[in-house]
Amino acid sequence: MAGRARRDAAAAVERRPVYIVDGARTPFLKARFGPGPFRASDLAVHAGRALLARQSFEAAALDEVILGAVMPGPEEANIARVVALRLGCGERVPAYTVQRNCASGMQAVDSAAQSIAAGRAHLVLAGGTEAMSHAPLLLDRELTTWFAEWSGARTLAARARLLTRLRPGHFKPVIALLRGLTDPVVGLSMGQTAEIISRRYGIGRADMDAYAARSHQRLAEAQAADRLAEVVPLIADDGSVYDHDDGVRPDSSPDKLARLKPFFDREFGNVTAGNSSQITDGAALLVLASEEAVRRHELPVLACLRDCAWAGLDPRQMGFGPVHAAAALFERAAVAFEGVDYWEINEAFAGQVLACLRAFADEAYCREELGLSAALGDIDPARLNVDGGAIALGHPVGSSGARIILHLVAVLRANEAKRGVAAICIGGGQGGAMLVERS
Amino acid sequence: MSAEPAVTTPTAVELDGVENWRLQREPGGLCWLTFDCADAATNTLSAAVLGELGRVVDVLTGSPPRGLIVRSAKDNGFAAGADIREFDQMLDVDATVQRIGEVHALFARIETLSFPTVACVHGFCLGGGLELALACRHIVAVDESTTRLGFPEVLLGIHPGFGGTVRAVRYCGAVAGLELMLTGRAVGARRALQLGLVDRAVPVRHLDSAARHFASAWQPRRETGMLRRAAGLAPARPLVARVMRREVTRRAPEAHYPAPHAVLELWRKYGGNERAQFDAEARSIARLLTTSTSRNLVRLFKLQERLKSHGRTAPGAVQRVHVIGAGTMGGDIAAWCALRGMEVTLQDRAPRYAAAAFKRAAALFRSRLRDRYERQAAHDRLSLDIDGHGLRRADVVIEAIIEDVAAKRELFADIETRAPSEALLATNTSSIRLEDIAEVLREPARLTGVHFFNPVARMQLVEVIAGDTTDAAAAARACAFVTAIDRLPLPARSAPGFLINRVLSPYLQEAMLLLEEGAAVPAIDHTAKQFGMPMGPLELADTVGLDICLHVGEILAEYSATEVPAVLRKHVAAGRLGRKSGAGFYSYAKGRPRKLRDDGIELAQADIRDRLVLRLVNEAVACLREGIVSDAELIDAGIVFGTGFAPFRGGPLQYVCDRGIDDTVARLERLAASHGSRFEPDVGWDDFANALTAGRP
Repeated sequence: MAGRARRDAAAAVERRPVYIVDGARTPFLKARFGPGPFRASDLAVHAGRALLARQSFEAAALDEVILGAVMPGPEEANIARVVALRLGCGERVPAYTVQRNCASGMQAVDSAAQSIAAGRAHLVLAGGTEAMSHAPLLLDRELTTWFAEWSGARTLAARARLLTRLRPGHFKPVIALLRGLTDPVVGLSMGQTAEIISRRYGIGRADMDAYAARSHQRLAEAQAADRLAEVVPLIADDGSVYDHDDGVRPDSSPDKLARLKPFFDREFGNVTAGNSSQITDGAALLVLASEEAVRRHELPVLACLRDCAWAGLDPRQMGFGPVHAAAALFERAAVAFEGVDYWEINEAFAGQVLACLRAFADEAYCREELGLSAALGDIDPARLNVDGGAIALGHPVGSSGARIILHLVAVLRANEAKRGVAAICIGGGQGGAMLVERS
Repeated sequence: MSAEPAVTTPTAVELDGVENWRLQREPGGLCWLTFDCADAATNTLSAAVLGELGRVVDVLTGSPPRGLIVRSAKDNGFAAGADIREFDQMLDVDATVQRIGEVHALFARIETLSFPTVACVHGFCLGGGLELALACRHIVAVDESTTRLGFPEVLLGIHPGFGGTVRAVRYCGAVAGLELMLTGRAVGARRALQLGLVDRAVPVRHLDSAARHFASAWQPRRETGMLRRAAGLAPARPLVARVMRREVTRRAPEAHYPAPHAVLELWRKYGGNERAQFDAEARSIARLLTTSTSRNLVRLFKLQERLKSHGRTAPGAVQRVHVIGAGTMGGDIAAWCALRGMEVTLQDRAPRYAAAAFKRAAALFRSRLRDRYERQAAHDRLSLDIDGHGLRRADVVIEAIIEDVAAKRELFADIETRAPSEALLATNTSSIRLEDIAEVLREPARLTGVHFFNPVARMQLVEVIAGDTTDAAAAARACAFVTAIDRLPLPARSAPGFLINRVLSPYLQEAMLLLEEGAAVPAIDHTAKQFGMPMGPLELADTVGLDICLHVGEILAEYSATEVPAVLRKHVAAGRLGRKSGAGFYSYAKGRPRKLRDDGIELAQADIRDRLVLRLVNEAVACLREGIVSDAELIDAGIVFGTGFAPFRGGPLQYVCDRGIDDTVARLERLAASHGSRFEPDVGWDDFANALTAGRP
């Protein structure tokens, strides 16, 4: 530990402050029937255009554009560059795309922050975008091989032979989205990992449904009270207006949710579509600036990005990611758990968030899994996801990490609070946590 | 286009007294002939240019190269066609036949040169330019959206005259070749390839290689397919001609537009016999050049150039446009600007007010932009801006909110504090005095009017309004902006109705009065169309919107002491607002008017015609007298491009000149006696007549 402390001390000397000066996101649009009206790049362009339009600087003044995206479309290779060019940043502004599954948006913000902290950039557009409704259907691997052989077959006889090898099963499409939401190492779906960690703390179906209903209520209230100012409206080519997160069900209740069948473990499971995050399209972007950029362009400082921590854990229990990442954050950032005023923990699953709360307060977990001497503490539900979370507004995987940081800043400002942590669990067994501070 | 050979160094061939062509010879024996009209941005085939080309051909015949590549040095294209300025000198039929015959002979020499010839085409390749290219053995076209090949001659009341009527059919087949000449529509490189007009459509990076491929050795000519040739075979010709003639007559009656009919006739009579075709082409075009249709259309073309030139005086490029008000006009102006490359922010109170505008914009981009990347870029240039952030960076601010003085004043007072001090401020008002709005501005001189017409994407004309307070520089910048978005600016004075609504209003009013007297809707509209209007007045009123007609009519009625027809009030009161509400003078099914029965009282067509047209003409004279626009030419240009007034008649004032001023005034007096004072000749007629006798006003 001594070695790490020294390294941190050295880093602290060099690290320049990183400011959040503005941010915007699209409404999160629930995937309903097939591909939604906007591609991932369209979503980011809409959010980015509204965001850049209100800045005092020109788009070309950006030093860099960094976007998180898990499954960009085939015509969106390095989607950050596509978006930067479409936003009119010009040819000279470089851009890259990051992928850390569900935390890709947070990774983009962290990458931007590191770049500013190191003095390599002053003004960065960072965030995430995802159009999950556009996830493709893939061809069965055997069928792909068959096509390759077909195009190589020269004679009629060879083609005839190939035709006899086709089976109806070959034509069953592979849903890329479901593949993406299944752990590639241990083979569990994300929902199944939520079953595992909620079982570990005995969290039942009723607890999950109650939590999910509350997420919807909170979002509905926030919408009614106009507390989601970061949302910019979209108009599709057919003239439809999208101006709010449309996955919200204000009339949701534990009773209604109780009627749903478990989705992942059909017979004995507790995790349902109703107490999981939704499949959704959306983009969230932030403008990060150095002290110099703030001065040069007279930018308003909304908050300071103090630090970000990442942690790895058992992929089967990936839902505990926020606990592990937050623990690492507190160890390094010289901030006490009690000093956090507001929390955003991404709601991949109701059972997963509830399990995290239990683990934070569990001395045994903190000692055995995190090597701490005591429990981290209790998180007051009134200070967690106060305006709802991904269960109500959806989890476009590439952008959620950026969205919770963006909204955390709004919550801190609305409540004149000082400190907040945004944390997220990551498929594959990781967690990320970002510490945000207002001065 | 620099397609300079990369390896070999060419040497210039000295050509005495040749100013518009450059000839270079490469060591390998290829020659490059570069067309570069002296002191002009665009290549045109004037008599001088063609004379020089003859000398170049002499030189080439004297010492034949291995192959010849013809190209243009101009950025905007290969060549735009014959020199229109020379048309005035071609009113003697025999002299013209002789002159055309010489060009035919020159092109025939090019066609039969003893070495391969290739035309390398980019940008505009129109009319005579395309005919020159077609005289080369091969054509290689650059595959870019700016490449346009076509025969626009019919739009000037003539047809191709340098062998185009023969070679277009030879290479494209009868149907496609005739279609090109009959519609005047230009095609892109890929379409030209499909039609057989060119040998290759290649990206710029391969232009040089492709040209060398065709010039270095004899390559087979492009073939016209069997099917295409079939329509040109003697037995099929009369039938094909009959079918096409029916279609042409529907669009352009022969009495008004003889040129397309002449094209068909040339082919029907002489198709299959090229020598006879060439001779007939020369005679036909010489005759067409003397028709009033051609002279009027050529004059309008020049007037169009004059309108465009209004935009050339002001400096400063416009890039960012902020439009306030996402209704029909504001939304369509915004979409049009985005289509034309501007970055546009569109502001309205809430997204739902802009929804329809974005839907129409998407439809516009879909119909105008084939390339999906260009379409995406257009979408990305148009953004919704509820909070008006775009104001801070706008080069041009256009207001298109409701016609309410108080609202507009309040808005402009706010705009002035937020927009850059050098931004152009413009209102799209059609009925409010500019001075009344400008009052609230600290710098009233900044405010101009840009009055677009509906539908913006189809109406070329934009009235650029200068009020008493408007600075001349601001008006000039507004003209430059209008030109930059590919519309025609008509500078006009701030007065009720400006020019277009002012002259249209009595015309529409008279149609409604005729209706009230018992004439039938089809009889009225049919008469106007017979005269040459693209649409009858009642259908036009329905299209504009009867509520808007009423609004404009009321303002002008106050001004000119006439009355708004009762039938108009009745329709508006009943919610029948025209096309947009599904019913007006017509009822509409899927946007198209249903046929009505012609069951009105009998009126002589000449009476209906004169009552409609002469009210418009009389008002045009009043506008000239009041100096709404600066001269008679601009009256004609504005009314033709702004209302579609029978183009072959050259505009309302040209029409009375051709009809006779005395006759017209006498007719107005008779109409005044029988139908009331609204027909009384304007006091401006005398001045107009005097100016005419003294030379054109």
